[in-house]
Amino acid sequence: DTKNPRLDRGGENPNRHYANNKIKTTKYTVLSFLPKNLFEQFHRFANVYFVFIALLNFVPVVNAFQPELALAPVVFILSVTAIKDLWEDYRRHRSDKEINHMDCLVYSRVERRYVEKYWKEVRVGDFIRLRCNEILPADVLLLSSSDPDRLCHIETATLDGETNLKQRQVVRSFFDLDCDFDPLKYNSVIECEKPNNDLNRFRGYIIHRSGRRDALYKENLLLRGCTIRNTEEAVGIVIYAGHETKAMLNNNGPRYKRSKLERQMNVDVFWCVIILLVMCLFAAVGHGLWMFQYGDKRPVFDVLSPEGTDLSPIMSAIYLFLTMIIVFQVLIPISLFVSIEIVKICQVYFIHQDMDLYDEETDSHLQCRALNITEDLGQMQYIFSDKTGTLTENKMVFRRCTVAGVEYSHDANARRLAMYQEMDSEEEECTSHGGTLPRRDSVTSHQSAPVVLRSQSTKSHRRTGSRAEAKRASILSKHTAFSSPMEKDITPDPQLLDKVNECSSQMDFMRFHSQPMSQLPSDLSDIIDFFIALTICNTVVVSSPNQPRQKVRMRFELKSPVKTIEDFIKRFTPSRLTSGSNSSSSSSLITNRSSNKGCSSMLSSPSAESTLTKLDEERPPRGLDHAFSPVPPCYDGKAWDKEEGELRYEAESPDEAALVYAARAYKCSLVGRLPDQVTVELPHLGKLSFELLHTLGFDSTRKRMSVVVRHPLTDQITVYTKGADSVIMDLIKPPNTGKRQKKIVYRTQNYLNLYAADGLRTLCIAKKILSKDEYACWLQRHLEAETAIQGREELLFESALRLETNLQLLGATGIEDRLQDGVPETIASLRKAGLQIWVLTGDKQETAVNIAYACKLLDPEEEILTLNADSQEACALLLEESLHYIQAKFLCSSTDQAAKAFHTNFAPFEIYPSSSPSSSSSHTVPFMVHRLGLVIDGRTLAYALDKSLEDKFLAVARSCRSVLCCRSTPLQKSMVVKLVRNKLKVMTLAIGDGANDVSMIQVADVGVGISGQEGMQAVMASDFALPRFRYLQKLLLVHGHWCYSRLANMILYFFYKNAMFVALIFWYQFYCGFSGSAMIDQWYLIFFNLMFSAFPQLITGTLDKDVSAETLQQLPHLYVNGQNSEEYKPYMFWMNMIDAFYQSLVCFFIPYFAYADSDVDLFTWGTPITTLALFTILLHLGIETKTWTWMNWLSITFSIALFFTVALCYNASCPTCYSPSNPYWTMQRLLQDPLFYLLCAITPVAALLPRYFYRACQGTLFPSPVQVGRQLDKLPTEIRRNILSLSRVKVGSPLSPKPPFLSLAKPSPKGCNKKDQRSFPSSNTPPAKKGPVSQADEEKGQRSQVQPSDSVRSHSDLYTLVATEIDTLPYTKDAPTTLGGATASFNQSL
Amino acid sequence: MMASSYNAKDEDGHITVSGPGGGTLRSKKPENTAFKQQRLPAWQPILTAGTVLPAFFIIGLIFIPIGIGLYVTSNNIKEFEVTLYDMSGPHQNPFRNCNNVFMYYGLSNFYQNHRRYVKSRDDSQLNGDLESLMKPSKECEPYAYHENKPIAPCGAIANSMFNDTLELFYNDPNGTKIQIPMTATGIAWWTDKHVKFRNPTDNANLTAVFQGTTKPVNWRRPVYELDTDPQNNGFINEDFIVWMRTAALPTFRKLYRIIPKKNSMVPTLLRGNYTLEVVYNYPVRSFEGRKRMILSTISWMGGKNPFLGIAYITVGSVCFFLGVVLLIIHHKYGNRNNSADIAN
Repeated sequence: DTKNPRLDRGGENPNRHYANNKIKTTKYTVLSFLPKNLFEQFHRFANVYFVFIALLNFVPVVNAFQPELALAPVVFILSVTAIKDLWEDYRRHRSDKEINHMDCLVYSRVERRYVEKYWKEVRVGDFIRLRCNEILPADVLLLSSSDPDRLCHIETATLDGETNLKQRQVVRSFFDLDCDFDPLKYNSVIECEKPNNDLNRFRGYIIHRSGRRDALYKENLLLRGCTIRNTEEAVGIVIYAGHETKAMLNNNGPRYKRSKLERQMNVDVFWCVIILLVMCLFAAVGHGLWMFQYGDKRPVFDVLSPEGTDLSPIMSAIYLFLTMIIVFQVLIPISLFVSIEIVKICQVYFIHQDMDLYDEETDSHLQCRALNITEDLGQMQYIFSDKTGTLTENKMVFRRCTVAGVEYSHDANARRLAMYQEMDSEEEECTSHGGTLPRRDSVTSHQSAPVVLRSQSTKSHRRTGSRAEAKRASILSKHTAFSSPMEKDITPDPQLLDKVNECSSQMDFMRFHSQPMSQLPSDLSDIIDFFIALTICNTVVVSSPNQPRQKVRMRFELKSPVKTIEDFIKRFTPSRLTSGSNSSSSSSLITNRSSNKGCSSMLSSPSAESTLTKLDEERPPRGLDHAFSPVPPCYDGKAWDKEEGELRYEAESPDEAALVYAARAYKCSLVGRLPDQVTVELPHLGKLSFELLHTLGFDSTRKRMSVVVRHPLTDQITVYTKGADSVIMDLIKPPNTGKRQKKIVYRTQNYLNLYAADGLRTLCIAKKILSKDEYACWLQRHLEAETAIQGREELLFESALRLETNLQLLGATGIEDRLQDGVPETIASLRKAGLQIWVLTGDKQETAVNIAYACKLLDPEEEILTLNADSQEACALLLEESLHYIQAKFLCSSTDQAAKAFHTNFAPFEIYPSSSPSSSSSHTVPFMVHRLGLVIDGRTLAYALDKSLEDKFLAVARSCRSVLCCRSTPLQKSMVVKLVRNKLKVMTLAIGDGANDVSMIQVADVGVGISGQEGMQAVMASDFALPRFRYLQKLLLVHGHWCYSRLANMILYFFYKNAMFVALIFWYQFYCGFSGSAMIDQWYLIFFNLMFSAFPQLITGTLDKDVSAETLQQLPHLYVNGQNSEEYKPYMFWMNMIDAFYQSLVCFFIPYFAYADSDVDLFTWGTPITTLALFTILLHLGIETKTWTWMNWLSITFSIALFFTVALCYNASCPTCYSPSNPYWTMQRLLQDPLFYLLCAITPVAALLPRYFYRACQGTLFPSPVQVGRQLDKLPTEIRRNILSLSRVKVGSPLSPKPPFLSLAKPSPKGCNKKDQRSFPSSNTPPAKKGPVSQADEEKGQRSQVQPSDSVRSHSDLYTLVATEIDTLPYTKDAPTTLGGATASFNQSL
Repeated sequence: MMASSYNAKDEDGHITVSGPGGGTLRSKKPENTAFKQQRLPAWQPILTAGTVLPAFFIIGLIFIPIGIGLYVTSNNIKEFEVTLYDMSGPHQNPFRNCNNVFMYYGLSNFYQNHRRYVKSRDDSQLNGDLESLMKPSKECEPYAYHENKPIAPCGAIANSMFNDTLELFYNDPNGTKIQIPMTATGIAWWTDKHVKFRNPTDNANLTAVFQGTTKPVNWRRPVYELDTDPQNNGFINEDFIVWMRTAALPTFRKLYRIIPKKNSMVPTLLRGNYTLEVVYNYPVRSFEGRKRMILSTISWMGGKNPFLGIAYITVGSVCFFLGVVLLIIHHKYGNRNNSADIAN
C-alpha cells in the first residue's frame, strides 16, 4: 500500500499513474450536467412526486391538463435548481481555472533548468523551486532550502488558520548538500503512505541508490496551500498532487442539516397528502355514485371513452381518483421547497450583511456555513459553550507567579490591567473617573508606584491614539498574532525584579571569576532557572514586526540537534565545555542570513536594515528604564536593548507567548530560536545560547512540554518542563530530598489553589538536571523511537514519559484568560431569553467556577451543587441526594408564603411549556429551573453519563439554572450535548473555538464556531462562525427570531394558500358531477403558485420584521416565542386549513350565486373566481405582513399587474389553441362587466372578515408578547427607551411568573420535614431578596461575590464524597477587579 | 441543496489566491445601507381593535348603499319563466317597457361542465381549418368519425346540441295569433362569431365545403342546413356557437332569441296573452332534466339576480356590527393595553 514515485531518466514518466495537479472541484461537465443534476434532484422525494404527477397526465384516461403544460411546474422547479447548481459549479470552475493556471517553477530535464509552468502541469515526482511568499502548488517533500539551517518556514493559515510560522526541515539525506540542489543528481526512490487527510501525519522512506533508507516525517512535507515565508528559495519533489494533496482531501463540502421547522413542516406536508387523498377519494366516490344514479340511461353529457366503450361507475371512479390527484396537486406546495430555499439564501445574505456582526478588529464577519438552518437559530433552548477562547478572549495575560515558594503578586501589573478594563468600559459610560495611564507610559514608569492622574483632555486624545494603534496592530496581526499591548507589556513585580537582577549580577560575577555556578543560593538559582524555563520551554518564534516574516536572527556555527549517539559523544566531550560562552561572545553579530550567504537577497535585506535604522531614530531614548534599573546596562547588549522591545513573538498557543513576554519584562528575553539552539538575553550576562537538544512537544495527554538543553553556564544537561499543575505535581521528586523542596511544593500548591480561585490559568515550571549517563541512556531509546516507523508517536510518547520524572519544582505562573467583551451581558440576556447555558470546559474546577462567576453564569446568590465523585456508586449517591435536596428545598418552599416572594423575585421560568405533549415519559413533565448552579468535574461526568445514571443526572441538571462541567474531554462534551439533545428533545447550540470543541459542535443542532486565535477547525466544523461570543446575542435574539418567524409564517401561509386555491376546485366538483372538471383555466391553475402569487410571499418571508432589532435585544423574553414554536404550532396548521376552506367557500359561492342560472360559460365564470382568489390571497398576506416597505407594495402591485397582463395576453393570443378552455377574449369581456368589479369588491372582504376581526381582537384582548413588542416599537424612541430601561417590562401574560411547581420523577413531599432540613445546612443561606437595582446596591453586589464561597464550600463539603483539598480552599477575599467592573456595568444596564 | 453562495471559495477549501505581498487590505465591512441593514422605512400597522375600527365602519358604510342600489336594480328587471313540460297555452305578459326582450332556453341537471364533455370538441375544426375538418382531433373521440366519415362538427358538445325550436305568438284579442318577430343573430359573443368560429371557406356553397363529412349522430340536419341565412349557417350559426360555449353550472340558460324593440314608444311586447309553440326534439328525461323558456330584460348588471345586492347589504351590516363590537372592546380593554401593560 505504498506510493512509489520513482524517477527514471528517459522513458515514460513512471509517475504518470498518480493524480496530476489539476484540480477540479466542479461536480459536472458540460455533458454530464443534465443527467447528473437531474439524478441528484430526484433524490428529493417531492420532485419525484411531481414528475410522477406530470407523467400521469400523459395517460389519456386520467389526464386533467394538457400534458405538456402539466410538465411546466416541475420543469420550472427543476430548472431553477439546476440553474442555481450550474451557476455555483461555474463559479467553482472559474476558481479552479484560476488556481490551475497559477505559475510555479518546475524543473525541466530537457532544458536542464527550472521553467515556469502552470500548477495543473505539475506532476508527482516533479522538482519545483519555491520562492519566498509563494503558495505551494502541491504536497512537496522538502529537499533543499536556501536557509543555512536547512529550514523552510511556512504559514499554514489557509489550512488551519494558525498564523504563526511553522518550520519544515530538509530531508536528512539532503542536509549536507550545498546551496545548489541538482535535480539531475537525484536518484532515489520515495516510498510513502497513501494519500490521506491527516494534516499532522506523514510517514515514508527515501531509499537512496546506495541502499540507505531515511525516514520521512511530517516535518519534511510542505503542504499544498501553505505559503513559503522567510525562506528565499526551497526545492522539493512533489509527493501528492491535485486531489491527493492533504489540503484537498481535507476539504469536504458544506453540511446539510434539516431544521426543526422543516421537520415540523414535513409533518404537515404529510397531512396535506392525507387531505389530498381524502379529497380525491371523496370525489371518486362521488363520481361513482353520480354515475350510478343514471343507471343504464347514459346522459348525453357523459361522454364515452375514446374507444366508444362504456365505463362502469367503479372503473370511472378509479380513473377519477387519479385525475383528481393531478387536479389537486397544487395542494402539495410544489414551490414551497424552492421558496424556502430562496428565502433562506436571502436571510443568510442579510445576516452576512449585518454591521453589528462585523468585527472591525479582525475584519471578519459572521459566516453562515450551513445555509438551511437559519430558522433554528430562533428556537434554541440549550447553549453549550466552551470556555477558553469562547467566553474568554484566549488572550493570555500574565498576572502573577510564585517562584521557589514565594509569591509575587504583581500588583502594578494588576493595576495596569485594570486600566485596560476601564478603557473598554468607558466607551459605554460617559462618566469619567479620574484618568488612566497611557499605555506607553505604563511600561516605562511602572516602578513609580503612584498612578499618574491625567486630565480629561489627554484621555480622549489617548483614546483616539489607541484606536489608531489598535488598527495598525490589527493590520499587523494579519501576520502576527498575540500582539496587543495588554499581553505584551507586563509590569514586573519590583521585588522579583530586584532578585532577578541580583541573581544575574551574581552569576555574572561568578562567571567572571570562573566559580562554579552551583554556589549560587538555591532560591536565586531557582529564580533564574524559572525565567530561563519561561523563555525557552516553548516553541515561540521570534520575528521583527515591521518585516513581519523577516526573522531577526543571529548566526552561529551550524549545529543540528543530537541525532546520533556518535554525534552525542562527539559533542559532549569536555573540550567543548566552553562553547556556551564562546557563542555568546560571538553573538553580537546581527546579520541577515541572506547577506551572510551571498545568495541574492535584494528583496529583504536592504529594507530590513533601513527599518532598523529608522527605528533607532524614531524611538526616544529609554532613559527611564535605565534610571530605574539598579545596575548599569550590560556591555554587549546595547544595540539589542533598543530593538528588543520590538521583537515579536509568535507562539502556537497564546499562553506561551504570555510567558515569554512576562520573562522579557524581567529582562530575560528570548532573542532567537533555531532548531538547535535558543538564545536568551539576560541582564548582566548578555546573550546566552542554549543548545537545544530535544523538544518534547505539548500534547493533551501528557499536558506538559519539555525541552532538553545544555545550560551554557553550568554545561549541565537540563530538562525544563512546563505543564498543568495536576500533572507536574505528581512528577515532582518525592520530597524526601529536602525540607526546602517539600516546603516549596506545599506552598506552591497553596498558591496554585489561590490562583485557580482567582480564575487564573496555572502552569507549573519544573526542571531536572540529567547526568551524562542518564542522558545517554535515555537518548539511546529516544533515538530508536524517533527513527521507528511503526508506532513512532507511541514510542516518542513513552520516551517523553521516561524523561519527565523526578522533577524539581521551580515555581508556578498564573495567567489570566480575559473575558471577551460583553460576555456577562450576553449571557445575562441569553438567559433572560430562556436559554439554558451550560459551560463545558477542559479547565480546572476552580478556574472554571471563577470564570463562571465573572461572566455571570453563576450568580453569587444562587446555590451551587458540586458533584465530585470517585466511583460510580458515589456518583449515583450524589445524584440521588441532590435530587432529594432539590425536591425538598423547592417543593416545600413553594407551599409556604415566604417562598412566594422568593419565586416572584427570582422568577423561575418554565422552559418546556408543554412543548412535547405527545411523549408521556416523566421527562416531559414541565420542569422548573431553580436558582441553582451545578458544577461537575470530568471524572464524575464520566460516571454520570453512564446509561444507568444519565436520567438522574439530567433530572438534576435540568433543574439547575446553569451547569458547569469542568475537566471534560472533547468526547465528553459531545456526549453531554448528545444526551441533552436526545433525552430532553430540545434544540441545542454548541459554541466553541478550538479543535476540542469540534465534536460537540458537530453533534449539536446548531454548531457555532468562534473564528478566534485557535485555528480554524471549529469554524470548519461549524454551521455559523462568529468573530466574537457577544455576537451570539444578536444572532439568536434578532436574526434567529426573525428568520424563525418569517419562515414559520411563510410556511403557514403557503399551506393556506394552496389549500384555499385547491378547495375552490373541490367545491366545484359538487356541481360538475365529480368529474374532475375545473372552472379555473389550467394555465392559471398551474402558474398561480409559480408566478402570480409567488413574489409577495417571498418578499414578506425575507423582509418582514415583527419586532425591531433594538426591542428584540432589549426584551430577550421575546425569544421564548421561537423556543416554544409559537409562530407555528400544529394547531395553527389546522386553523389555517379551516380558514382556507372558509375563504374558498366564500370565493366560490359568492360568484356561484351571483351567476346562478345565468348564461355564463365555464371559464368566463372561472376567471373571476381566479381573480378573487388572487385578491383574497394577497390581502391575506397583507394582514399577516407586519412591516410594509416599498418592496411589499411593489411586489403586490406587480403580482396583480402580472396576473392581468398575462391573462389579457393569453386571452387575446390564439382563438383556437389552449383546448379545452379556449378562453379567447374572456378577460377582455370580463373587464367590461360591472358584475366582475362588484364581485372583486365584496368577495375578499367577506372572505377575510373573520381573520381580520380575530387579529384585531387578539391584538387588543390577548396580545402575544411579540405584539406588545411591536406596540413598543411604535412608540417614539424616547418613551420606548424609558420603558425599556425600567426593565420590568411585563410582556403579556405568558411570561409572568406562574406559581412554581416542581415535579420530578418521584415527588417526595416528606422532604419538607426538619430532618432533611438539618441534613442540608447549606439551605440556611436564604436567597436575599433583591429589589430594584440602585446605585447603592452596586457595592453590595460586588461584595456579595464573596458570598458564594461559603455556599460552594458548604455544598462541596456535603456533596463531595472525596475530600479533595481543592474543595476546602478558601476563596480569595478580594474579588478580582475585572469581576467588579463587570458587575458594575452589568447592573447599570439592568 | 442550496449550497454555498457567499463563501463558496472558503467552503470549497480553495486557496484564496493573493499575489505575493498579501494584496490589498480591503475591508470586508458590510455596507451601511438601509436595505442591507434591514432598516428600510416601513409602515407597521398593528392590528388592534382601535386601529381596525374605522376600516369596519367604512366598509359597512360603503357596502350597504351599494347593496341597496344593486337590489333595486335587480328588482327592476322583469323576468318570465315557463317550464317546457306543460304546453298550456296563453301566458300573461309582464313586460311593459320598451327595451329588448331576451328569450332564453334553460336546462337543468345538464352537466355541460363534465370534464370529458368539455374537452370533446375540436377548436381548429370550428375555426375552419380544412385539415381538421377531415381529420378531427382525438379529443372528439368517440364522436370524431361516423361510418368512417369525419363528423363535422365533431365532439360530444356539438352532438348534444339543443335542437328544440321555440316560437312565440301574440294572442290578439281578435283571435288571431301573430308571431312575434325574433332575431337569431347577435346572441353569440362577437369574437366567437367572427374570430373563433369560421366556416371552412367563405364559399357560399356550404354543401360542397362539407362534402365528405357527416353530421353528428344526434343531429337531424347537417351543419350546413342549420339556417338559410348564409351568414348564420354552418359553424357560424349562432345557436350552435351559443351551445358550444359550455355552461359553468348544471342549471343554466342560454340565449335563444332577441325580441327587438320596435320603437321607443311602443313596448316590445304588448300587454296581452301569448302562446309559446315548441317543437319538442330534445330529450331530457334520461338525466332527469328540465327545460325552460325564459323571457327577460337585462340591466347594466346582467339578468335578474337579487343575490349580489343582498350580499352587499349583509356584508356591510356585518362589518358595521363588528365595528360596533370592536368599539366596545376598544373602550373596555384598549387603553389597558397600550400603557398599563407595558409600564407595569
